[in-house]
Amino acid sequence: MTAPAADDVTAALTAQFPQAAARPSGDHPAFNVPAAEAVAVLAWLRDAQGYDFLLDVTAIDWAEGASPRFTVVWHLFSTTAHTYIRIAADCTDDAEPAMPTVTHLWPAADWHERETWDLLGVKFAGHPDLRRILMWDGYPHHPLRKEFPLAGIETELPDIEVAEETQAKVIAAPMMGGPFVASNKGEMNLTDAEPRAKDESWHEKKAKPE
Amino acid sequence: MVSANTDLNYDSKIEGDIVVSRLDAVINWVRTNSMWPMPMGLACCAIELMGTASARFDIARFGAEVMRFSPRQSDCMIVAGTVTYKMAPHLRRIYDQMAEPKWVIAMGACASSGGMYRSYATLQGVDRIVPVDVYVSGCPPRPEALLDALIKLQDKVKRTPSAKQLTA
Repeated sequence: MTAPAADDVTAALTAQFPQAAARPSGDHPAFNVPAAEAVAVLAWLRDAQGYDFLLDVTAIDWAEGASPRFTVVWHLFSTTAHTYIRIAADCTDDAEPAMPTVTHLWPAADWHERETWDLLGVKFAGHPDLRRILMWDGYPHHPLRKEFPLAGIETELPDIEVAEETQAKVIAAPMMGGPFVASNKGEMNLTDAEPRAKDESWHEKKAKPE
Repeated sequence: MVSANTDLNYDSKIEGDIVVSRLDAVINWVRTNSMWPMPMGLACCAIELMGTASARFDIARFGAEVMRFSPRQSDCMIVAGTVTYKMAPHLRRIYDQMAEPKWVIAMGACASSGGMYRSYATLQGVDRIVPVDVYVSGCPPRPEALLDALIKLQDKVKRTPSAKQLTA
């Protein structure tokens, strides 16, 4: 099966799925489709149009207050025609975003969907094993959401026993000062020998100045 | 012509088969010269750690060439790399499984202070979960720096009141 050229895909896709709309794109053809039709569109692209290779599944967070807030994006590639196509679908629920899985079409979607769930909190309905993939099980946040600060939010360590033993926590990382600043005189103050940033105007124990 | 000074040599005919020393000195001598590392290689520092162990830098010159991948057979944990919060409890558990006496070298900026990873995912210094004896700066440190850290740690061990600790 040879995938048709880009213009033909546009015509064929809009003929097959009238609700699909062209999506602004600087490179490859891209389409917005309704969430309910997404899997049907992707299956049709794979089986009828030769887009047999799933490159990426990810999502966009349009930030708090936006509606629709989350958009899931699939990138497909045709290994025969060497062309790309991009499909995007808005999640209908802004608080608990969900999207049907495509793991039955491409097994490669498994980890991509787990990552999207982990970092952006999009639940993929029908996924065989939707666990977090980068953060640990039980982590309470989705770090790539727009409201999540880069420094992080204070939470407990994954292991309760170790947390009790060490009294360590997942802390908001200090954002000021460079890492590992050593004395330029070649001396070390042994009473305070732990390497810490010199500029500590803003760190975990001292709030960021307004 | 150079001849050996025999005045200060140990003479078994005079002193017999006995050497008198302090227990601390003997214990510390053994400990400093057979410090088996637990290579906790977590990132690019581990590559420098491998370089340190290899022929050019040869950590065996300091008696620390026996990298043990079992915590039960190792003395000195070399934390070489970025410690994520997900990895941190495992690192602590491995440390807990090491037999006393045990030491920790924080190798590189990440292990020492979180390094450039000021982020939600990275432990900001391994000293938050295990006691660190020597910090090594660098990103990654050169093998010489790690060898220097090992020598510094050996100096520290040589100053330890080991006999008192045994009976304490």
